[in-house]
Amino acid sequence: MNVKRRIFTRASSIAAIAIAGTILLSSCAANEAAPTTSASSAPVSKLSGTLNGIGSSAQGAAETAWIAGFQQANPQVTVNYDPQGSGAGRTNFISGAADFAGSDAAMKDTELATVSPLCKAGTKAIDLPVYISPIAIAYNVAGLTDLKLDAATIAGIFKGTITKWSDPAIKSQNSGATLPDAAITVVHRSDDSGTTQNFTDYLSANAPTVWDKPAAQTYPYAVGDAAKGTSGVADAVKGAANSIAYIDESGATGLSIAQLKVGSAYVKINAAGAADVVAKSPVATGRGTNDLAIAIDRKNTDKNAWPMVLVSYLIVCNTYADAAKGELVKAYATYVASSEGQSAAATQAGSAPLSADLATKVATAIATIK
Amino acid sequence: MTTETTGVIKARVRLGDRVFSTSTIVAGSLILVVLAAVAVFLVVQSIPAIVAKPGTLPNAAPNFWAYVWPLVFGTVWAAAIALVISIPISIGVALFISHYAPRRLAQGLGYIIDLLAAVPSVVFGLWGVLVLARAIQPFFVWLNANFGWIPLFGGTVSGTGKTVLTVAIVLAVMVLPIMTAVCREVFLQTPRLHEEAALALGATRWEMIRTAVLPFGRPGIISASMLGLGRALGETLAVAMVLSPAVVINFFLLTSQNPNTIASNIALQFPEASGIGINTLIASGLVLFVITFIVNAIARFAINRRKAFSGAN
Repeated sequence: MNVKRRIFTRASSIAAIAIAGTILLSSCAANEAAPTTSASSAPVSKLSGTLNGIGSSAQGAAETAWIAGFQQANPQVTVNYDPQGSGAGRTNFISGAADFAGSDAAMKDTELATVSPLCKAGTKAIDLPVYISPIAIAYNVAGLTDLKLDAATIAGIFKGTITKWSDPAIKSQNSGATLPDAAITVVHRSDDSGTTQNFTDYLSANAPTVWDKPAAQTYPYAVGDAAKGTSGVADAVKGAANSIAYIDESGATGLSIAQLKVGSAYVKINAAGAADVVAKSPVATGRGTNDLAIAIDRKNTDKNAWPMVLVSYLIVCNTYADAAKGELVKAYATYVASSEGQSAAATQAGSAPLSADLATKVATAIATIK
Repeated sequence: MTTETTGVIKARVRLGDRVFSTSTIVAGSLILVVLAAVAVFLVVQSIPAIVAKPGTLPNAAPNFWAYVWPLVFGTVWAAAIALVISIPISIGVALFISHYAPRRLAQGLGYIIDLLAAVPSVVFGLWGVLVLARAIQPFFVWLNANFGWIPLFGGTVSGTGKTVLTVAIVLAVMVLPIMTAVCREVFLQTPRLHEEAALALGATRWEMIRTAVLPFGRPGIISASMLGLGRALGETLAVAMVLSPAVVINFFLLTSQNPNTIASNIALQFPEASGIGINTLIASGLVLFVITFIVNAIARFAINRRKAFSGAN
């Protein structure tokens, strides 16, 4: 009797483990691929190997989406991305520790001068704009949902010259809105970041009389509260009444986003407008062929344009010393810049997909990777 | 008396002894080698920052010392406030456990406090930024409104509560377990005779503690404080998450503009740093290294000097 029962319980526990295991395995499989679609639509990829990327944390969520999509199509390839930061990404790429870098800033001239040991001697690294993120002005004011601001007012708020929500400069643009007679709590990044760089670049281009400091990764004024990272800023704004911050749009969920005066109209934040501004901006001068470092036109006043935008680059060698590696990077970059890759990033990371003409330009540059 | 050497009986050297003594020597010197390697790395990497030309350093600092000075101040300032908060509490908790609480309760409480030491600093950071900072902000407003005339509580109150005082509270909680544990152990070692003598002379329990336990435990309290200070000085992530830093030197406890600490500054700026910026951050790390060394040296000195009077003999 006793023995029987023991066997019984053991059998049932084995069964339980088996069931749990099956569930686990099947959920893994569900994660990996829908084999029916990939097998039927595309020939099985022959690429294999490992790619290591280091760089921008802003790109982090998008890279995760890209890696998942790319590995689904190329099961033999492993891509790793370590979101240590843009500076770390470029440094490691130059030293040869990373096969590619993600960076919120294009390679500096001094950095281009040193060629990564991974690149073929005599060739240069190229910057490929693959990640576009609109920067939002997010705020937390009870009862205020449709704040409108122009560049000069934003500059005043973030410089500390406009300190109250009831300030005439804000009032004049928001007739009818209920603005509290409360102090504005400005929240900005405490860590150096590409978001700060692009935000300050926008302000110094559009409100130079107020914002008298150049664009910088470090927040230039001793104003307001600082918080670490996009999530830190979002938390700080959520937790503090009457606060305002600049933040990557993807991090602003749950917060109200101000409309921005572009030209003579107020524009709601929109991905297409951000992508459009980047597409219409000129490529930076003095760059090698295929290098698509973009000098963002912050003064674009097209309808629905959103010039407060961050562009993040994929930095790769134009010609790799190891041809196999070059082929891998080319395949990965092609996927990243493809409409499929861009829409994956848009869903996963809230970025703005590249516009068609910029995507074509990027694809042409990628085609030259060897 | 005898000048000729008397035959010293030499112990036979066994293989086991050899192996064991050699391995302890290796282990002992390894720590020195590691320390030296760290020091050499810091010094070599620091030199470009220390000799850097004006205009090349971050924060538009004219030279490295101008860059690092606010950070040094912030590091010491935040740690000092944390100690001011945690020393009385840890002594109180330790005394409660060693002399007041019933044995069973004391044991349980001791375990819980030790458990606090096992909480990772990132959890303290999350708690600090998501719970404490928000909860304490109205109190800061009240403090500023009623005691703003005290310079410490002056200035414009931070809207988010991410101030140096919040950081100090988080740090105090973090250093509490180690300080309490050391104090408790020392208090428990007070010679029973001293305590009984004090009680026999008519001392109340508090007087007994004041005359017998505390003087005996003083070196223990000092070394506990220094251990706590060491942790508070080097704490990185919790500070980086909670503090709202700026490049300033001030004594305000409640404002948004707080001096940053060295460790937190490195954590915040390193990912995006390049070129001379990296050297500058490493050089600031060297400064922190020196500060902790000095703190430890002072602690050693204090403990050694007091040992003779502690009553331990």
